[in-house]
Amino acid sequence: MIPELGQFALVLSAVIALLLGTVPLMGTLRHQVVWQSLARPAALLQFVLVAFAFACLASSFLSNDFSVKYVAEHSNTLLPKPYQFAAVWGGHEGSLLLWMLMLSGWTAAVAIFSASLPLAMVARVLSVLGLVSVGFLMFILTTSNPFDRLFPMPADGRDLNPLLQDPGLVIHPPMLYMGYVGMSVAFAFAIAALLSGRLDAAWARWSRPWTVIAWAFLTFGIGLGSWWAYYELGWGGWWFWDPVENASLMPWLVGTALIHSLMVTEKRGSFKAWTVLLAIAAFSLSLLGTFLVRSGVLTSVHAFAADPSRGIFILVFLAVVVGASLTLFAWRAPAVTLGGSMGLVSRESFLLLNSVLLVVATGAVLLGTLYPLIIDALNLGKLSVGPPYFNLVFAPLMVPLLFVLVPGTVAHWREARMSEVFWRLRFVGAGAVLLALVLPFALGSWSAGTMLGIFLGMWVALGSLQHVVERLRKPGRIGGSFWGMHMAHFGMSVLVLGITGVKSYEVERDVRMALGDTVTIAPYTFRLAGVEDVMGPNYKALQAKVEVLKNDQVIEVLRPQKRRYFSTAMPMTEAAIDSGLLRDLYVSLGDPVAGDTPSWSMRVYYKPFVPWLWAGVLIMVFGGVLAALDRRYRRNTNQQSVRTAGEALSGAA
Amino acid sequence: MKKFLLPLVLFAALVVFLGVGLMRDPHEIPSPLVGKPAPDFSLPTLSGDKPFSPADMLGQVWVFNVWATWCVACREEHPLLVQFSKNHKVPIVGLSYKEIQAGDQATGALSEEAKLLLARQRSQKFLQKAGDPYKLSVLDLDGRVGIDYGVYGVPETYIIDKQGIIRYKRVGPVTPEVLIDTILPLIQQLDTPV
Amino acid sequence: MKQFLVVWCLGAIACLAHGGEAQPMAQDPQVEARLVVIAEELRCLVCQNESLASSHAELAEDLRREVRKLIRDNKTDAEIKTYLVDRYGDFVLYKPPLKPLTWPLWFGPFLLLGLAVYGLWRYLRLRKQGTSPRLDAQERAQAEQLLKD
Repeated sequence: MIPELGQFALVLSAVIALLLGTVPLMGTLRHQVVWQSLARPAALLQFVLVAFAFACLASSFLSNDFSVKYVAEHSNTLLPKPYQFAAVWGGHEGSLLLWMLMLSGWTAAVAIFSASLPLAMVARVLSVLGLVSVGFLMFILTTSNPFDRLFPMPADGRDLNPLLQDPGLVIHPPMLYMGYVGMSVAFAFAIAALLSGRLDAAWARWSRPWTVIAWAFLTFGIGLGSWWAYYELGWGGWWFWDPVENASLMPWLVGTALIHSLMVTEKRGSFKAWTVLLAIAAFSLSLLGTFLVRSGVLTSVHAFAADPSRGIFILVFLAVVVGASLTLFAWRAPAVTLGGSMGLVSRESFLLLNSVLLVVATGAVLLGTLYPLIIDALNLGKLSVGPPYFNLVFAPLMVPLLFVLVPGTVAHWREARMSEVFWRLRFVGAGAVLLALVLPFALGSWSAGTMLGIFLGMWVALGSLQHVVERLRKPGRIGGSFWGMHMAHFGMSVLVLGITGVKSYEVERDVRMALGDTVTIAPYTFRLAGVEDVMGPNYKALQAKVEVLKNDQVIEVLRPQKRRYFSTAMPMTEAAIDSGLLRDLYVSLGDPVAGDTPSWSMRVYYKPFVPWLWAGVLIMVFGGVLAALDRRYRRNTNQQSVRTAGEALSGAA
Repeated sequence: MKKFLLPLVLFAALVVFLGVGLMRDPHEIPSPLVGKPAPDFSLPTLSGDKPFSPADMLGQVWVFNVWATWCVACREEHPLLVQFSKNHKVPIVGLSYKEIQAGDQATGALSEEAKLLLARQRSQKFLQKAGDPYKLSVLDLDGRVGIDYGVYGVPETYIIDKQGIIRYKRVGPVTPEVLIDTILPLIQQLDTPV
Repeated sequence: MKQFLVVWCLGAIACLAHGGEAQPMAQDPQVEARLVVIAEELRCLVCQNESLASSHAELAEDLRREVRKLIRDNKTDAEIKTYLVDRYGDFVLYKPPLKPLTWPLWFGPFLLLGLAVYGLWRYLRLRKQGTSPRLDAQERAQAEQLLKD
């Protein structure tokens, strides 16, 4: 009964979405205020219906209703309850429903937090979001229905993939989807602006907090995914340039460019067409990502089970949404006014350089990800494009970006002088160079790459620090925007230093250990103290007890496991990690080794600065949140209310 | 106006590529060995008499099928191969690929001779039960010949011509469609006297 | 005698209790180091998302064994890669070889960067002229007066 109710709710929400997508939009064309005012209630109703459907699916999981095919494929009676809930998005159909929940959630949020916007604008934005929702809901209902029944009902489910039975699954997809889907808001604002023909600083000011929040979620989601892969997969890697990872990085890169471009449009009314294009691109890349993951065109460890009919649907949807947007762009953008002038050296030009570098980096990632497909489609053979390519191409693009970041925050708007900018940064530059020269020797070894990484990280960190200190000396309130920006930049520097540190100084030892054996990675010694069998709720494991010694004192006991889940008989490695401020100690248990004394293959890693990766990401996320919550976005002046009422009366757009 | 159309044009090209890509299988790897001579080897046969090498087959068109008793997909194509061998003169030579698997704890401690014996036993037992489409089968215990032939998944099937050149490789089980549409016509083409 | 026996026993126990330095899994660490560097740039053909270095698939083990043998035979990195490409095609290389087919891939991003920076410079030169006229002091005073009303 409950699954059927859920399905019915989805069908209803598709109808509401269709109404939302058409009526208010027509209301703006025909100046019918009543039609326009349908937008907000429709958006809220849509959210309630989708949330209800989601709740029905969750309830099916939590009550072990294996008559629902999706539940039978992804759950099991022995699965711990939190994972039974997270299993809702453990497969294709459910993850789409999660996506839809997020989309209707963002739509409802825009409906609620847009009191200061003109009704016609709200109507357009919500209509665009409604149209996108129609597409997704139709996709779910026609090709990926999570509520399909299974007869005869099996006694027990197939169980959730053991790799997913982890706290990471509970949080990574929701955060990531909040980011992906959040880009649709900036997209909707851009389309609404193109439709109305009014692209001005006000539009940029409205779009910005929404974009920043979506960006913060996306940053968090990507960081979580990386962290999860790191501790879950057992060999300490944290980024593989896998197509699905790239699919999340691309909207992030463009989203970052978008935020900075919006800044210029808001302040000086410039780059309007470019900003609109970035907004369209960011969401298009989200949709492209959805396509890549679910259609089976690319090999990826993340890919959901591929189904050609699904691939075709998403491709058509992608073609329609992005094609229509770009057509609208080509038609309306030329009429957009140019805005203020700017010098060759100015904050605007630095920010434009930021856009250029980020977009080129996105292009490089896109090229590398799709090149195998393009070559195959042209019948020119099959080749692979992997980490060696991306590392060689991406890093050189990031170097100038990080470098210009600092002068960009210092340069004056409109007109700045290079010499003055760099004079102001003389201490920052000197400090960064000094640290880049000295630290590698303190840390053990020296290489050009290490020095460059440290220089760039310190350049950004010290630059932000100096700017903050200078500002604190001046009077006046400092807004969330300022703190957010510097926090985000600082987080970036921490990330860069972390990456440089771990890549330059990590140590791996692949050894066989019998009881009592030790392996040393100075200053730590790892000793195998015991190996025993343990039982989990739905698995059996071989667990090693590894003592970590420093100065002959046991500072930590690590317990890596090799698990065998009952449901799949797939062996899984659970690494054991000791995290500190400056390093991770990572131990992974391998297979037993044949020999006289019982021994096991073990991988022991010393990973310095790896915690800085995650810390950097968290700081960036926090910075984004601070920036988005700046008071000036939430100001609701009387003038604006009066204007809204006036517009409502006259029905003008 | 024109420069604003550029994003749309680029996007359209992208959609076309993605559309074509949907019809491809990203996992399938075409073999670089097609058109090259079949790599030489000398391996023991199931029956135990003199070792076999591809040079023994020069002058005739033959099929080289990679299989193993632990391979589930091989069982799918096995009846088809058996029937094929009954209806056609073209000889099928089997390659028993890594019959004793490395991860198998029970057999890990056996000597090489013992492993060979066990592999023979298992394969012969299987062929007795399921039918034997092979003129003969060779045993590639450590997989080195498989690597020379670019084997990455079992079953795989090659068609080799009279001069010993590999003309076709099929990755995955042979299906009736593949047999009728590709394999039989090719064999016929290669078999016609020049 | 008894004392001797006690010491001997204690000595024996001490020897048994002391664990040794763990031996590397690899037979030859130098060969292994080279293997890891080469194998990280190669794709595992079975689980196609992992490098040959990290994959646990049986074929990956076999291929690593082959590469070790080739390393011991003093083959160069290029020769080893050619060996694998001859059998499995370009697909096995994670770093696409530089040949006409991959020129767009390798040069594309940098070409794009060059074009973009050039386009940026042209745009900034254009915008330097400015669309908003500068006001002189008198005009500025007039404008401010108007705004106050």
